[in-house]
Amino acid sequence: MSGLPRNGRPYAKLASQLFAYACAACAFSSVAILVLLLWQMLRFAWGWLDWQFITSFDSQLSPHKAGVRAALVGSIYLIGLTTLFAVPIGVGSAIYLEEYAQRSRWRGIVQTNIANLAGVPSIVYGILGLGLFVRGMQMGAGVLAGALTLTLVVLPIVILASQEALRAVPSTIRQASYALGATRWQTVWHQLLPAALPGIMTGVILALSRALGEAAPLVAIGAAGFVMFTPQGLNDSFTALPLQIYNWTENANDDFRIHVAAAGIIVLMVMLICLNATAVFLRYRFGKRIHW
Amino acid sequence: MSAVLPHASADLTAPKGQRRWIEGTMHTILWLCAAASVFTTVGIVLILLVESLQFFGHVSIVEFLTGTTWTPHSNPPQFGILPLFCGTILVAGGSAVIAIPLGLGAAIYLSEYASPRMRDVLKPILEILAGIPSVVFGYLAIVFVSPIVRSIFPSADIFNALNASIVVAIMILPMIVSLSEDTLRSVPRSLREGAYALGATKLDVTVGVILPAALSGIMASFILAIARAVGETMAVALAAGKRPQMTLNPLDSIQTMTAYIVETSKGDNPQGTLGYQTIFAVGLTLFLCTLALNVLAQWILKRMREQYE
Repeated sequence: MSGLPRNGRPYAKLASQLFAYACAACAFSSVAILVLLLWQMLRFAWGWLDWQFITSFDSQLSPHKAGVRAALVGSIYLIGLTTLFAVPIGVGSAIYLEEYAQRSRWRGIVQTNIANLAGVPSIVYGILGLGLFVRGMQMGAGVLAGALTLTLVVLPIVILASQEALRAVPSTIRQASYALGATRWQTVWHQLLPAALPGIMTGVILALSRALGEAAPLVAIGAAGFVMFTPQGLNDSFTALPLQIYNWTENANDDFRIHVAAAGIIVLMVMLICLNATAVFLRYRFGKRIHW
Repeated sequence: MSAVLPHASADLTAPKGQRRWIEGTMHTILWLCAAASVFTTVGIVLILLVESLQFFGHVSIVEFLTGTTWTPHSNPPQFGILPLFCGTILVAGGSAVIAIPLGLGAAIYLSEYASPRMRDVLKPILEILAGIPSVVFGYLAIVFVSPIVRSIFPSADIFNALNASIVVAIMILPMIVSLSEDTLRSVPRSLREGAYALGATKLDVTVGVILPAALSGIMASFILAIARAVGETMAVALAAGKRPQMTLNPLDSIQTMTAYIVETSKGDNPQGTLGYQTIFAVGLTLFLCTLALNVLAQWILKRMREQYE
């Protein structure tokens, strides 16, 4: 690049330099934002996050007695049920689209449809859940209705990630399996799924992280705001961590609004970090075994 | 799926009839899984339409689309969606103004300037930012962003559109960066090298050659990010306020379509009441807006894609 600005553009090199710095500043602003946000949350949560906070139910009066027990258990129920519904359906659709329905018209329709569903705001899924599960099927705003609604929210993510993982399996594996006389399902079950598993699991965990943080669909189906018990059955009303944080943030009392909410956020973020750490671990553990 | 497992694990020596039966059953089960997503779309459209049609039986569609007052709780109630629409545009537009230059700059840095090691540091950080739940940003908007905004603009409401725009901008930033970076990186090397050979500086190459070549993908990433901002719910519901009004002043308290749905859902709305039906009518409007933006982005990607051999 040296010696370029001989052509009557004396500032060309300087402008180029400045542009590089400006772009770098944009990129590093994301780091600054993240650090600033995390630091703020830790600062506000400091002193409020203790064992009592984890094991207590919410309190309407005393911020010092409030805790996340109902929300924590509710979130775990929700995530468990959502996994139960979303993983088989999502991976099943991906297998169908990638291995069974190549280049058919039906595949084109389903694929476009999934791309569009991925862009639908989660609150709209909440409205669907309200109309379909809560009112239509008379489930009430219970854990089951919440989990089914979240399943619809994360299904496109699971499908797209699983498709990606299946596509990454070399076609030689398929051809070798068919050449040995294996049927389509035998190829899928014995060859493709084990090979695609790390990729699928990463996608599933990404989807579950999304489900764990979603409050909008739960608000839309009318999940209860104030719950003093953990759900015992599938139709029991429940609360979840993001929902509980939302309610605390809406509270007029500054202790709830600023400190208790921050402590709740830290619990939620720790759960998210655990989920993602599991993804990294599983990927490492299962990813190593396959050699092509 | 598990009901079929014992058969499926039977190996290649299983009798032919049994194998064929498993194949057929699995094909059907997998087809049903794939159909579930189509049923979801049909479900969304049907439910939104059925309840909205009942709503439009009480309120004329012209009044709904052109009215400038949204007062569902007053007597008589007025249902003009323009204030909610205006609020949505204010927040989404504001966040786009903040996030687009920042995101594009970061994408250019990552694709053109950063060393592989720097990319390995920055990309996970953007992923973490993308993974932070919406409600957390709503909290930050209130306890952290709002006091700063109010110290700079003392006339601002505690809850204002600018708070929401700032946090929504942070939320859509990773999306703009990663999608734009992908398109920038897919511009072939030969184009860059050709431009350098003609004596261009790095700035000339980036702005004059690479950006135009990647324009369709970059535009699509902007539109997808705006669609995301339009549908953004919890952060906006917490930060922007609860006052539907026609204003373009970002320091005012406003309400978006999504925030209205949240506010109304929290109250008790027996089925069949007008309050219950407004959720679906506003939801339908929101759904159509985001769908239009998503389809537009896909169209741009398809139509404007440059082909390099």
